[in-house]
Formats: sequence, C-alpha cells, structure tokens
Amino acid sequence: MTEKVTAHSSSAPAPARSAPSGLQTGGTGGASGDRVFSGLAYGAGGLILVVLAFVAIFLVTESLPALWPTVFSDQDSISSADTFLQYVLPLMGGTIIASIIALIIATPVAVGIALYISHYAPRRIATPVGYVIDLLAAIPSVVYGAWGMVTLAPALVPIYGWLHEHLGFLPFFAGDPSTTGRTLATSGVVLAVMILPIITSLCREIFVQTPKLHEEAALALGATQWEMVRATVFPFARAGIVSSVMLGLGRALGETMAVTLVLSPGVFSLSLITSGRNATIPSEIALNFPEAFGMRQSELIAAGLMLFIITLAVNMIARWIVSRHKEFSGAN
Amino acid sequence: MSANTMTDDKPAAQAPARSLTAGQMPRWVWSVTAGGALAVGAGLAAVLGEGFSVAGWAIFSAVLFILGMYVITWRVQNRRRAVDGLWRNLVWAAFLLALVPLISVLWTVLAQGLPTLLSNPGVLIYDMSTTNGATDIATQQDGARLSGGFVHGLIGTVMITLLATLISVPIGLMASVYLVEYSRGGWFARAITFFVDVMTGIPSIVAGLFAFAAVQLFITTFIGDGPAQLQMVKMGLSAAIALSVLMIPVVVRSTEEMLRVVPNELREASYALGVRKWRTIMKVVLPTSISGIASGVTLAIARVTGETAPILVTAGFIASTNWNPFSEWMTALPVFIYRQLVNPTAPSAADPSQMRAWAAALVLILIVMLLNLLARIIARAFAPKKTGR
Repeated sequence: MTEKVTAHSSSAPAPARSAPSGLQTGGTGGASGDRVFSGLAYGAGGLILVVLAFVAIFLVTESLPALWPTVFSDQDSISSADTFLQYVLPLMGGTIIASIIALIIATPVAVGIALYISHYAPRRIATPVGYVIDLLAAIPSVVYGAWGMVTLAPALVPIYGWLHEHLGFLPFFAGDPSTTGRTLATSGVVLAVMILPIITSLCREIFVQTPKLHEEAALALGATQWEMVRATVFPFARAGIVSSVMLGLGRALGETMAVTLVLSPGVFSLSLITSGRNATIPSEIALNFPEAFGMRQSELIAAGLMLFIITLAVNMIARWIVSRHKEFSGAN
Repeated sequence: MSANTMTDDKPAAQAPARSLTAGQMPRWVWSVTAGGALAVGAGLAAVLGEGFSVAGWAIFSAVLFILGMYVITWRVQNRRRAVDGLWRNLVWAAFLLALVPLISVLWTVLAQGLPTLLSNPGVLIYDMSTTNGATDIATQQDGARLSGGFVHGLIGTVMITLLATLISVPIGLMASVYLVEYSRGGWFARAITFFVDVMTGIPSIVAGLFAFAAVQLFITTFIGDGPAQLQMVKMGLSAAIALSVLMIPVVVRSTEEMLRVVPNELREASYALGVRKWRTIMKVVLPTSISGIASGVTLAIARVTGETAPILVTAGFIASTNWNPFSEWMTALPVFIYRQLVNPTAPSAADPSQMRAWAAALVLILIVMLLNLLARIIARAFAPKKTGR
C-alpha cells in the first residue's frame, strides 16, 4: 500500500497539469488521469491507516527496552522503579483520578449548557452563546495551564482548607491542605473547564436533532418544558450524551500542559488536596522527556503507549455506542 | 426568607376564586425573590465566610434564589411547575457558571500580558539569544529595560504549522475525496472512517512521542546512531509530523462533511456532459465546497497552533532564532510560554520571564482567535449561493 502511495504521489502532478483545460477533454489522457486520481485518493486513505498502525508499532518498538529490560536492553531493570508496572500504575492512577474529577464537574454543567442553547435560551442569545463556548475551546491548553497556576490555584486554597476541616475523615481530603493550591484537585478543575466545550458542542448537536413532533406531542399532552425535555430529548439523546462524555474523558486523559503547569507532582496518594502528590502520565512525559535518554526515554515512551491504549479503548467504546444507536437516534 | 412569607399570603387568599389567573404567579415574584436572595446571601457570606467575598455572595445568592423560587412556586402553583422552574434555573446557572472561567482566563491574560506588550513592544522583534540571568536580574532590581522577546517562538510556530499544513492538507483532502466520491461503503472506507474518528482522540503528547520515535528509528536505521545523529532527531520537521497526526483527522472530518453536501445533481450534470470523474471532482465538486474546506483547514490550523506538548518533545527549545525546520532545535510560541513559566531565565528574578510569558500568551490567544474568526469569514464570504435554483 505504501509503495502505491509513493508511486502515485510522484507521478500525480504531471497528468494533472498536462491535461488541457476546459471540460471537453476526453480520450486516453483523461482515462489515465482518472486512474491516477482514484489511486491517489485510495492511497491517501490507506496512508491514514498506515500512519495509525505506525503509531502503534513505533511506540511498541521504542518502549520494548522498558517493558522487558532483561531481553531488550543490557540492564536488569528500568531506572525509576523495580518493574515497569510499579512505575506506571501510580501514574495511571493519578491520570484517571484527575480525569474523573474533571468529568464529575464538567458533565452536568456541559449538559446544562447544551440544553440551554438547544431548548431554553431565547433564540437571539442561543447563537452567540454557541460562539462563546467555541471560544472556550479555542484557547490553547498552555494558557489554561498558566491561568490554573496563577489565578485558579490560589483561589481554591480556602476551599481546600474548608474541605479538610469538615470532610477530613475522607481519604480524598486527608493530609495537609496545600498552601499553593497546586494539587490534583486543581488540575481536575482546569481539565473540567477544558473538556466542557467538547461535551457541550457534541450534546448540543444531538439535542437539536430531537424530532420536533415528539416535543410538540409532549407539550400538547400538557407537559411542562422540563417534562418535555425528560420525556423526549433525553431518551433520544442518551447514547449521544454517553459517547460525548466518553470523548471528553479521552481528551481529559491525554491533556498535558494544563496538568504539567498546575500540578506539583510527587508519589501517588489518595489525598487530592495536598501539593507534591500524584502525577499523570502526560505531565510525567512532558516534565522528563526533554532531558531523558536511553532507558529513561524508553520508560517514558512506554508510559505514553499505556496512555495511548487507554484513550484508544475509551474512544473506541464511545464510537461503538454511537454506531450501535445510529439507526434510531440522532447520535451520529 | 422574607420574600417567601411575603408572596405566600396573597395567592392563598385568592385561590378559591376560579378565574383564569388562579394558580398563576404574578410576574414580579422572581424579581422580589432575587432581591431577597441577594440580601440574605450578602448576610450569609459576611457571617459564614471570613470576611465578605463577592464569590461567596454570588454562590449563596444563587442557591437561595433557586431554592426560594422552587418553594414559592410549589406553594403558589403546583409541584410540577416548581420542578420545571427548578430545572430552568439550574440550566441558566450552568450557563452562567461556564462564563466564569472564560472571563477569568481572558481577564488574567489581558491583565498580565497587555501592560508588557504596550510598555515593551520589543518582545515582538527580539529573541532570547542576548538575554541571560544577569540582564533579567538587572530588569527586576534596577528597573532596566526588559530584554529579550519571543520572535523566535513566532517564527518557529509559523514554520512548524506551515509544514504540518503542507503535509496534512493533501492527505486529508484526498482521503475525504476517496471516502465521498470513490468508496461504496466497503470495509476499507468504514475502516478509514472509524480510525479517523479514533485518531481524533489521540492524546497530543502521544502524537509527539510517535513522531519522535518514528524519526529516531528512521535516522538510526538509515543514517547512523552516534550522538550527533541522535541529536538530529529533534527538529522542526519532527514537530510538523507530530502536528500532522493531530491535523489529518480534523481535515478529513470537515472536508468529508463539506463534500457530502455538494448536490448530486451537479455531479450528474457534469457526467452527462461526458466529463471524466477526476475532472468533475477537480472542476465541480471541490470548487463548490471550497469555502467549507478552507474554513475547516483554518480551524485545524488554529487547533494545532496552540499545541505545546508534541512540539516540546519533538523540537526542543532554544534561545536563538532558527528559520530552518530541517535541522537544529526550534522553539514554538506555546513551548516558550511553558519554559518561561516553569524555568525562568533567572531563577532568582522570575518577574521578567513571567512578563514575557504572559505577553506571549496574549499574542498566542490573539493568533488563535484571529484564525477562528478567519475561518468563519471564509465560510461566510465564499459560500456558494443558495438562491437561484
């Protein structure tokens, strides 16, 4: 497949240019143009599959020394821990906890805003609100990280103190509350802000597809607006909501810079309000990769491979839910 | 809860009279409740919190208003209307809540970045090659002029993004042409659609690692694996490959959507005139949908312009300007912001680094917003005419 691509891409421009302009061309030149063009299109499609396969293959090849140090490297163990699992499991834990915090905060708000735009807002306001939400999606992640570090983290310090004082018996709020606010909980809040527009825009697209006749039937039966939403919009959009939340989760799992800037990392801990605890896979890679070489580099690439597998699974489940409900809902 | 008792009495007295307005709430109820909630909320915020804070006041008032409206509606009208109103208020609250971080982010960047940009426009034309710890300490302690800037980051971002666009637009465009014009819904097309969807979800840092691993494997296999060769791996091209992995699925999705809305009559008319398929695509289908494609590509560019992590691991960061994406390290604007915030040039005098970082953040946001605006303008200005059919 790759051979085909290179062969065509080198010969493609020639027939495209040599063909006389105007629509009345025919004959053999056009026929070969047809073949070249369809081959080019076919090859581009194939290239995408090849690239994705290469992503997996390259990541695996480069991470083999860390996954089986005794076989693929001249060392007996990896450099940061005894086994790779010991190294990567705490990082995975941190990644998943931060993403779950983000989902818990973002999902209700995002579904609320999507409903606001699709069913509650006056029509004059709905379109600008959509733009505003898109604006939220356009802000680069490094800016969110800087904002989280400078503005959000100090603002959350009193809340962490309060949580520790009143709910300190829970493991999440045990430990010394941070004085800088640069904790896993703050990272979760920043992630929530970042995935909010994604979930919102996906949900909105599905909500507006609710069949008008269903809605009007519900209203005609005397339902209030909320009863109409509950009886027609939610059943119609359930699969879509679930899959958009999953896509948001995929984004939160892989988000790097915001967490790297906000979190002051450390060993894994259930306490969410202490600084110098926890780390996520992306932030670990971003912090250490620029200076890493040899075994350390393999470790980090292997951690990236784990992240790739998790997000791939999450995304595939999301797409599968959508495709399963395609026929009878608007979730496509 | 003074508002509560006030509104309870009257409708209860009116209830037996079966007029058209029985069981209806007067229009002024919500404003009275809001006023009461604001007043009580202010009191609660002052008493419960250590000192009065606007955030506490807003939260207490919102909760009081939503609960108050629920109780009042339940007493005056009925439970179903109360539930309806409760959810309406919650939906409004969700919307207002989402505005808080947006305004806060924009305000933080403006407040921190704009003063630097106005007082030291030099940050836009200098790079960091003459800036070191000593100059920054002089700036912070003796009030010397802010030295250095981020022009090398701007150049790096432009070069890397340009290269990524050159790689991903032809591939993405042709792939969507295949999906829409050539495939007949076979397994190959379904596989492409599915994996393009999957690619959308690849974490950006994994894309960076992939590009790094791919280029490293290529160089060690074909050129050599000495330290000098390993040094070669980090360059603008590697970053462009990483960004392409992120960009291709976006381009494919948006282009595919645009090609699908081209009316079939146009294609059939062209075929009926004896025009070959590839010329039909080039002369009829693509020109018809070009505005949508261009706006989708612009949005994809806007998305990758702000990416930090993949460039950080593939292109490194340097202090001087590098125009050549095929050799040597290259700094992109987001990476510059990150490095200046995390590793200030002078660790004992971090203020100048912070000033440069925030000015760069403001410039980056402006670039991304302008690209988004441009995409909308393109979509609107060059859209095919809808009338005349």
